[in-house]
Amino acid sequence: MSSTKQRDDRRAAWWFLAPVLTGFAVFYGYPAIRGAWYSVTDYTMLSTPAFVGADNYDKLVHDSQFWRSLLVTIWYVVLNIGSQTVLALLVAALMHRLTRSVLLRATLLLPWLVPNVTVGLLWMWLLDTNLGFVNHLLTSLGVGPVGFLTDATLAMPSIAAINTWAYTGYTALLLYAGMLQIPQYLYEGASIDGAGEWRMFRSITLPLLRPILALVLVVSLIGSFQIFDTIAVTTQGDPAGATRVLYYFIYQQAFSYFQMGYASAAAVFLALILGILTAVQLRLLRASTSDLT
Amino acid sequence: MTRRTRAGAALLSIALLTGLTACSSGDSSGDGDAVTLDYWLWDDNQKAAYQACADAFTAANPTIKIQITQSAWDQYWQNLTTQLASGDAPDVWTNQGSYYPQFVASGQILDIQPYVDADKVDVSQYQAGLADLFTKDGKRYGLPKDWDTMALVYNVDHLGKQGIKADDLADLSWNPTDGGTFEQIIAKATRDANGRNGLDPAFDKTKVQVYGYLPEWADGSQGQNGWGNLAASNGFTYLDKNPWGTQYKYDDPALAATIDWFKSLIAKGYSPALDKNSTLSRDTLMGAGKGAISYAGSWTINTYLGDDAKAKFAFAPVPAGPQGRKTAINGLSDAIWAGTEHKDAAWKWVKFLGSADCQNIVGDKAVVFPAIKSASAKALAAHQAKQRDVQVFVDEAQAPGGTFFLPITEHGNEVSQAVQDAIQSAVLGQSDSATALKKANNQVNALFK
Repeated sequence: MSSTKQRDDRRAAWWFLAPVLTGFAVFYGYPAIRGAWYSVTDYTMLSTPAFVGADNYDKLVHDSQFWRSLLVTIWYVVLNIGSQTVLALLVAALMHRLTRSVLLRATLLLPWLVPNVTVGLLWMWLLDTNLGFVNHLLTSLGVGPVGFLTDATLAMPSIAAINTWAYTGYTALLLYAGMLQIPQYLYEGASIDGAGEWRMFRSITLPLLRPILALVLVVSLIGSFQIFDTIAVTTQGDPAGATRVLYYFIYQQAFSYFQMGYASAAAVFLALILGILTAVQLRLLRASTSDLT
Repeated sequence: MTRRTRAGAALLSIALLTGLTACSSGDSSGDGDAVTLDYWLWDDNQKAAYQACADAFTAANPTIKIQITQSAWDQYWQNLTTQLASGDAPDVWTNQGSYYPQFVASGQILDIQPYVDADKVDVSQYQAGLADLFTKDGKRYGLPKDWDTMALVYNVDHLGKQGIKADDLADLSWNPTDGGTFEQIIAKATRDANGRNGLDPAFDKTKVQVYGYLPEWADGSQGQNGWGNLAASNGFTYLDKNPWGTQYKYDDPALAATIDWFKSLIAKGYSPALDKNSTLSRDTLMGAGKGAISYAGSWTINTYLGDDAKAKFAFAPVPAGPQGRKTAINGLSDAIWAGTEHKDAAWKWVKFLGSADCQNIVGDKAVVFPAIKSASAKALAAHQAKQRDVQVFVDEAQAPGGTFFLPITEHGNEVSQAVQDAIQSAVLGQSDSATALKKANNQVNALFK
C-alpha cells in the first residue's frame, strides 16, 4: 500500500468519524467541561454562577447524606454486579456447551429490550406489599407479605434483583459471544484428557474469556454506579434514604434543590471514582492481553 | 447492566446535569398590537376550566391570546426553572408554596402590588389568609386562585359492614395518648382474616385484611396527608412565622407524640408498618379495599367520588385534637415572570384569573374550590348537582381557627427531604421519634444560617 493511499484512507476515516466526534464534543465534551466549571461555582440555575473555589467539594466531604448515598450505591453495585455476572456466566456457559438456539438467545434478550421505566413500574406492581402478584403468591403459600421495596434492608437487594433480571440476558449474550471465540479443539482435547465440564470451565473458558469479561465488568460497573431510573420509578430513595443512591442524590440536589454547583461537584466526584475504578479494573484483568495469543 | 458501551460514559453524569440546562422552547412574540401570552399549569384536570377562562378573556380582550401549556407535576418545576434559567419563561405560571420562595429570592416574579393598588383589586374577596401567602416585605407575587383542605375519606360499604355509621364519624376526637374516638373507630374498622375487628381480644394482627387507617409516610416536611393535621391539633406549629420563617420547630414534643401515636397504630395492627406499606398510592390501596379510612385532600374529590372510583367513598371531618379541629389549607396563585415583555397584558390576564369572572367558570367545573368565596359556593353547588357531598371541605375552611397554612420558606425541598427521612426512620423503628426529629430540626435550621 502506497503512503498516498494511506493518507487518503486516513482523510476518509476522519470524514466518517466527524459526525460522531462532533456529537461527542457537543453532547458530552462541552457539557462535561461546563459541569466541571459549575462544580466550582454557586450556580443555582437562576443566578449567574460565581466562582467559589473548592467550597462545594468541602461541603461534599462533610455531607453525611453524600457519604451515605455513596455507601448505598456501592452496596447496590456489589449486589448487582455479583448476581448479574455469576448468573450471566452460568447462562452463557450453558448455552455454549448445550445449545445454539436462536430462539433462546432472543428470549434472553427480551427483558433488556423493555425500557427501564417500564421495568421499574412492572416490578413495582408485581412486588407491591399489598396488591402485588408476588406477595399474593407468597401469602397463599403462608409466607409474607414481604415488603420488597419498603423494608429498609430488602429494598436495595430488590432493586438489584430487578436490574439483574433486566440485564442478565444481555450480559450473558456478550459473554456467550466471547465464548464462541474460544477454539473448539481445546475442549475436545481436554475432554479426551478426561476433564469434566467444571474443570473445562475453570481452565479453558474463564481464562480465555478474560478480555470480554473485563469489558463486560467495566461496562456493568459504570452502569451500576449510575443506577437511577429504577429507583426514581419505584422507591424514590425511600425508605428513609435506604435506596438514595449517588445518582439520585445528584438529581435531587440539581433538580429539586437547584443546587447546580453542588450537584456538579458530586457528579465530578462520581466521574473520578468511575475513572479510577475503570483503570484499576482494566489493569487487574489485563484486558489488553488474551491468553489465547 | 448498561446500554452504554463507552468507558467515557462517566462523563454522562456531568452531561446529564448540564445538557438539560441548554434546552429551551416556546416564545411569546408580539405581533403588532396582538400579544400571545404563555400560561403554564400542571393539573390536567383543570386545563379545561382554565381554557374556558382563556376563551372568555380573549373574547373580552381580542388583542391578547392565551397559550396554555400543561405538564405533569414531576416535570413542571424542572421545566419552569430551566426556562427561567434560559431567559425564556412563560409570561404567567401557576405557583405553589414549596417552590415559589426561590423564584422570589432570585427576582423572577414580578411584584404586582403597584398594579393591585392602581386597579384597586379587593384582596379581601379571597378565602381568609390566602392572599397573604404570596406577599413578602410589602411586595405581592400573585393573586390567589384556589384552595384545598383535608378531610377523612372512608370506604362506605366496608365501614357499614363493620357496624360503623356516617354519624359515628361526624365528630371524632383524638389525642396522642389513647387516640380518642378516632382510634376506636379505626380499631373497629380494622378486620383480620377471621373477620374479627381490632377491638376483639382474639384479633390477629399478623393477618390483617383491611387496615383501619392507611397512613402516608412520603409526606415531606408538611404531613398534609396525615400527621401534619393531627400534630397541629395537638398544638404543633411548623415555624417561628409563616410565611417566610427561618426557624423550624420539628423538635416540638407535640409532633413527636403524634408520630408515636401513629407508631402505636402500627404496633396494634390497625395500620400497615412502613416496611409492609405500599409503594403504590393511597388512593390505589383505598380503591382496592386494603384500607378503611385515610386522609384526603379536596383535590382528590374526583378520584374518590368520580365515575372511575373503585369503591363507594365518603368524606368526614378530620378529628378534633386537644387544640381543636385543624386542617391544612393550601392555595395556589398565578405569578407573572419578571422578564416578560408583556407586563401589562400579563397583569390583565392575572387580574382576570383572580377575578370572580374566571373563578366562577372554574367553580362551575367542580374540579377545585376557587379562592373567591362566592366562587367556592359555586363549586360546592356544582358538586351537589352531581350528588357529591363535599360540604365538609368548605365547612373546615370556614371554621374559625380551624385551618393552618403549610410552611412557606426558602430551602423548602431540602427541608422536606430531611424531615421525611427523619419521620420514616422513626416509623421504621431505626430511631425514636423525638431523637430523629430533633436531629432533623437541627439539620434544617442549619440551612438558614
